[in-house]
Amino acid sequence: MPFIPHTDDDTREMLESIGAKSIDDLFDEIPAELKIDSLDGIPDAMSEMEITRLMRERAAMDGAPLCFIGAGAYEHHIPQAVWDIATRGEYYSAYTPYQAEASQGTLQTIYEYQSMITELTGLEVSNASLYDGASGLAEAALMAVRSNRKAKSRQVLLTPGVNPTYAKVANAIAGSQGLTFDYLPMDTSTGNLKPGALDDNADPVAVVIQQPTFLGTLEDVDRITDWAHARGAFVIAIANPTSLAVLRAPGHWGEQGADIACGEGQPLGVPVSSGGPYFGYMTCKEKHVRQMPGRIIGRTIDLEGKPGFTLTLQAREQHIRRSKATSNICTNQGLMVTAATIYMSLLGSDGLAAVARHSAGNTARLVAGLTSIDGIERLFDGPAFHEVALKFDRPVVPVLEALAAKDILGGYDLGADFPDLGDALLVCATETKTEADIDVYVEAMREVFA
Amino acid sequence: MDNYLDKLIFEKSRAGRRAFAQAPAVAAELDIPETFLRSDRPRLPEASELQVVRHFTRLSQKNFSIDTQFYPLGSCTMKYNPRACNSLALLPGFAGRHPLGPASHGQGFLTCMYELQEMLKEVTGMQGVSLTPMAGAQGELTGLAMIMAYHKARGDHERNEIIVPDAAHGTNPATATMLGCVAKEIPTGPDGDVDIEALKAEVSEKTAGIMLTNPSTLGVFERDIIEVDDIVRDAGGLLYYDGANLNAILGKVRPGDMGFDVIHMNLHKTFSTPHGGGGPGSGAVGVAERLMPFMPVPVVGKKEVAGETVYDWLTEKDLPQTIGRLSGFMGNAGVLLRAYVYMRLVGRDGMQRIAEYATLNANYLQARLRDGGFELAFPDRRASHEFIVTLRNEAREYKLTAMDIAKALLDYNFHAPTTYFPLLVPECLLIEPTETESKETLDNFVNAMVDIVKRAREDGESFKEAPFNTPVRRLDDVRAARQLDVRYAPDTADPS
Repeated sequence: MPFIPHTDDDTREMLESIGAKSIDDLFDEIPAELKIDSLDGIPDAMSEMEITRLMRERAAMDGAPLCFIGAGAYEHHIPQAVWDIATRGEYYSAYTPYQAEASQGTLQTIYEYQSMITELTGLEVSNASLYDGASGLAEAALMAVRSNRKAKSRQVLLTPGVNPTYAKVANAIAGSQGLTFDYLPMDTSTGNLKPGALDDNADPVAVVIQQPTFLGTLEDVDRITDWAHARGAFVIAIANPTSLAVLRAPGHWGEQGADIACGEGQPLGVPVSSGGPYFGYMTCKEKHVRQMPGRIIGRTIDLEGKPGFTLTLQAREQHIRRSKATSNICTNQGLMVTAATIYMSLLGSDGLAAVARHSAGNTARLVAGLTSIDGIERLFDGPAFHEVALKFDRPVVPVLEALAAKDILGGYDLGADFPDLGDALLVCATETKTEADIDVYVEAMREVFA
Repeated sequence: MDNYLDKLIFEKSRAGRRAFAQAPAVAAELDIPETFLRSDRPRLPEASELQVVRHFTRLSQKNFSIDTQFYPLGSCTMKYNPRACNSLALLPGFAGRHPLGPASHGQGFLTCMYELQEMLKEVTGMQGVSLTPMAGAQGELTGLAMIMAYHKARGDHERNEIIVPDAAHGTNPATATMLGCVAKEIPTGPDGDVDIEALKAEVSEKTAGIMLTNPSTLGVFERDIIEVDDIVRDAGGLLYYDGANLNAILGKVRPGDMGFDVIHMNLHKTFSTPHGGGGPGSGAVGVAERLMPFMPVPVVGKKEVAGETVYDWLTEKDLPQTIGRLSGFMGNAGVLLRAYVYMRLVGRDGMQRIAEYATLNANYLQARLRDGGFELAFPDRRASHEFIVTLRNEAREYKLTAMDIAKALLDYNFHAPTTYFPLLVPECLLIEPTETESKETLDNFVNAMVDIVKRAREDGESFKEAPFNTPVRRLDDVRAARQLDVRYAPDTADPS
């Protein structure tokens, strides 16, 4: 029996101790009319050898294409040590560190994670992580409503560069509490906020600014931050953590800095893996910590005065506060955060900056190659980080299909999310791409366009 | 003397040291104006690869885990996580697959997801499954959102009350609040079943639904489930099944057959995906016919194209009444792959054996502990896959509380059971052994429990300071909250 250790003798002795005749007797409190005999729709068990073969075949079906898609999930080199250690049984098969004395490994790791992510974002306090970047925005918006008590409004304004899926997710999660998520208008020549869009009459509870923007551009975050604060609104920053090795930290945006930062932690050592599991990071100014959702790890001392780590400020959470909790969230993405902490430790500041610079440089090289083709040009002129929007003289979908047939995933089609931008493609080349890879893509594109 | 090995990674950092092999050797100049760049340097650790590997390997060794200890944590289903599930989910074709990649480069992954949806429908008896919720609590949010969307689509706008038993997980009432609903708690009767009269009194034209865990967090099967079903349905409410305890009933009884409209499953419990030190979870939802239009997207669909089966995402276009998206892409995909591998390894017959042996282990442990002198919270009931011991007598007579015995067990190299939950049983331990533990382990656990009480009879005070042998002793939680220290800063003094 897979993973069940009982011998027939064990079972017999155990039933005797219980005073039951058979295992079936143990289910005698279930109304008979509800019981079923078998699960006909479940296939027969496979051996480990058989399932290994099947999964290898299935993984091979998905291939190993040359991928130039970013759009919220980024392929970076993950040092071998990261998942070697993160999948040690002591991390992998431990539970939530409620028993602090038996969980110092997980607790100290998360404390170190909190320290690193606050450094990157330039804010004072971090939680132990949320599910992912998109759902993190919903939690950040709800947190802003709780913290910003002076504001009567429940309107959250989004700069045009906020990932469109994040807005959908935030609306699905927080919409029923009366929050609305409304985009500020885009200047379609820059991809950034439209000049004059910062209306003096606006009264939002929070303004969300994504930097770099979903379209890869860089927004004037200082001006928007100061405008938001002047109206009593909270500023929620969304930032790619890799970019924070080189770009100004949200805590230093404008005069006062963003109040909350959140975003997708995946670029920090987590495989793209079809979209998850990732983790959402969230940091904030210390004065708002009591409204923060999710677990927080604190350092304290034990009975002997020795330093140790424990879950703290638990009076915010659902297992204590029930219907009055700051969120229903009951977990973090512990394993992913463990990986991210090891990743950041291995790379350090300089290593992470090298990843950021190399990725930006690769994307610039790719864009130079692609825009040398007649019919492809840059959509926006301004500076970009490691992702750039391109404009085609023809529909994007057939081009992507022709590239996919050559085992190249050419980028993210912006058509569905941004119909006003015309035939537009978002491309990204991280440090994982060599010059040869980029040349292969450019030549393939040239053939498709010929 | 300070132990160097126990220090923070930051304290092992030395300026200029790096794990050089890990980052690109050549880095381009940035073509970005100064105004966008940071002038400060984030203070991440600077350490060699060996230092980092040793640091985190040693940290891992300070954890209790399923791989190293018996972990009878009630309501958490800490069963063995088969190694194959992890390594096969991390095959390069899966780990490297971009979530926005085309279906042409995703048939392997999508086939697994489609088959997982089908298998989960079968084990729950539901008509539709969406895999996107990223944890149990998000599954709850999803389920309640679908219930609310259902009522609204029928023009039934007044229903905003969610009934939850007082034994429910804290996430149940917290989820109701997140959806702008009001949680209405109803009491539990003395035998552990829902108080039917209280339920009758609570239902009204405002009732949106009820959230039930069955078997409940009290470790017993809700025997009046059919009557509960009738009462709530007659009032116009829907039934939500919290799948936290699905492990207890796999292949024996199905939530769909019990009349539930929606269920979330904790794949990290029942289907053995890792708990990972607190996540990732995975909270797939199953729904009855009437809620299918509201399922969160994306869902995996199947179609025939030129005689070939092709799997692809169903999105807002296919499900226009969907409650929407809950994650940036499609939830914790890699966790779903692990659950898929597990279900295939276990297979049809193995699925039933999970419930059988989880229940056998729980009832055996319950019987042995009762014979060892422990008081059961519900002595006249069968245990499901878990049960409750109350230490109210030990606390009164020997000052041995649930907290003390939990901490003392750590010194015996057992993880503690769940303590002080459910809230309605005084000094309680909620114990769930799971099916993957052997009789010997359970016997050793009983011996430890009995030994602790025997020692407490002689000197109850001696456990106030337990544990003694763990990497740290009991921690000062009050200080942790009052003198908040949640990140390392070079100028922060070491608290010791």
